[in-house]
Amino acid sequence: MAEAFAFELVSPEALVLSGEANEVVVPGNEGYFTVLANHAPFMSAVKPGVVNVTMADGAASQIFVRGGFADVSPSGFTLLAEQAVDLKDFDMTDLEQQIQNAKEDVKDAEGEKKVAAEKNLAQLEEAREAVKLATGAVSH
Amino acid sequence: MASLKDLRNRIASVKATQKITKAMQMVAAAKLRKAQMAAEAARPYSERMAKVLANISSAMEGQENAPALMVGNGSDQRHLLVVATAERGLCGGFNSSIARIAREKARALQADGKDVSILCVGKKGYDALKMEFASILMEPITFREVKNVGFNEANIVGQKVLGMFADGEFDVCTLFYSEFQSVISQIPTEQQLIPANISGSDEGEATDDADVSYEYEPDEEVLLADLLPRNVSIQIFRAILENAASEQGARMSAMDNATRNAGEMIDKLTLSFNRQRQAQITKELIEIISGAEAL
Repeated sequence: MAEAFAFELVSPEALVLSGEANEVVVPGNEGYFTVLANHAPFMSAVKPGVVNVTMADGAASQIFVRGGFADVSPSGFTLLAEQAVDLKDFDMTDLEQQIQNAKEDVKDAEGEKKVAAEKNLAQLEEAREAVKLATGAVSH
Repeated sequence: MASLKDLRNRIASVKATQKITKAMQMVAAAKLRKAQMAAEAARPYSERMAKVLANISSAMEGQENAPALMVGNGSDQRHLLVVATAERGLCGGFNSSIARIAREKARALQADGKDVSILCVGKKGYDALKMEFASILMEPITFREVKNVGFNEANIVGQKVLGMFADGEFDVCTLFYSEFQSVISQIPTEQQLIPANISGSDEGEATDDADVSYEYEPDEEVLLADLLPRNVSIQIFRAILENAASEQGARMSAMDNATRNAGEMIDKLTLSFNRQRQAQITKELIEIISGAEAL
């Protein structure tokens, strides 16, 4: 039996999820990582994508997060996300719109800003793939 | 002396006004509850954010390459004042008290020979300040059409402020808003946004985790550079939410006062209406009696 740890997913508008979790998979800026109980203290930026949470009571949820920050401390795991939506309620057109905007940004921007805009676009497209993958997995 | 008909009309119009203020008070009460809930829901995020920032900045302490958003760019010549107020009036001294502290600050800074510019979020603050500071006011940002101001709106303001900072248009940014204490008390507050004032804010809480050696991915510097702009947006968001609750609280008590005043006025008008009616009856009686006596 896996050990449980305190997990909190917070967005600016609400405390999205709070409780004991067994396992959380997070799309870190430098690659996906899984947090289990007694993880070493760790901080990472989070890129847009899907977070997989398995709670201590076995309930699993998939949550889309955009722009965030993970803080694994001895007292628990806190995930700060600028936007967090349960994948069941997630609106794909919204993301498509953001990708469209990002594409325009890339076109308009120059120099250093262009690099940042391209990075943003790449992240968003990656997030779209992740969402597609996850929603595909749900329907099976 | 007003005629009976005039008095009757005035009583009717004051009663209509009283109904409006009463309705506004009840609407404000309902909105206040919602605004308070939103403010409470946002609290965990900003608290955690402060904690995380305190952790990282303690790890960064003493390093020379700390980001400008945290330590400033070494100058305090040019100031930006962000004044957050409501979109609508009829809420007592709410808007004017925020405008007042912003005005005092701007005057003090100008007296010290600093350059000041003002960015208003919300129409009422702009209206209040445009007489004195027309030349240094920027185009206001208003959310009049937005029904529920969310993080996205706050982010627009945050991005604008950050963009200006990146372009070197100001050195120090101060945010003005009204902190919600209770329905009868809202405290106009100023808060320094840039450079971020982290160390003093949350020291007690941060210490329990501070001695743990964290692993950072990517390294501290990049993370901090990523977090600080976010923190600016969060602080603005928090200010907007506090403002929303304060505004409704202020409106509620202002409308309560107005309703009570209207009640008093109706009582007074009714009294003089009745007196005048009685006087007229007496006058008519006297006329009839003296007419009968003359016969």
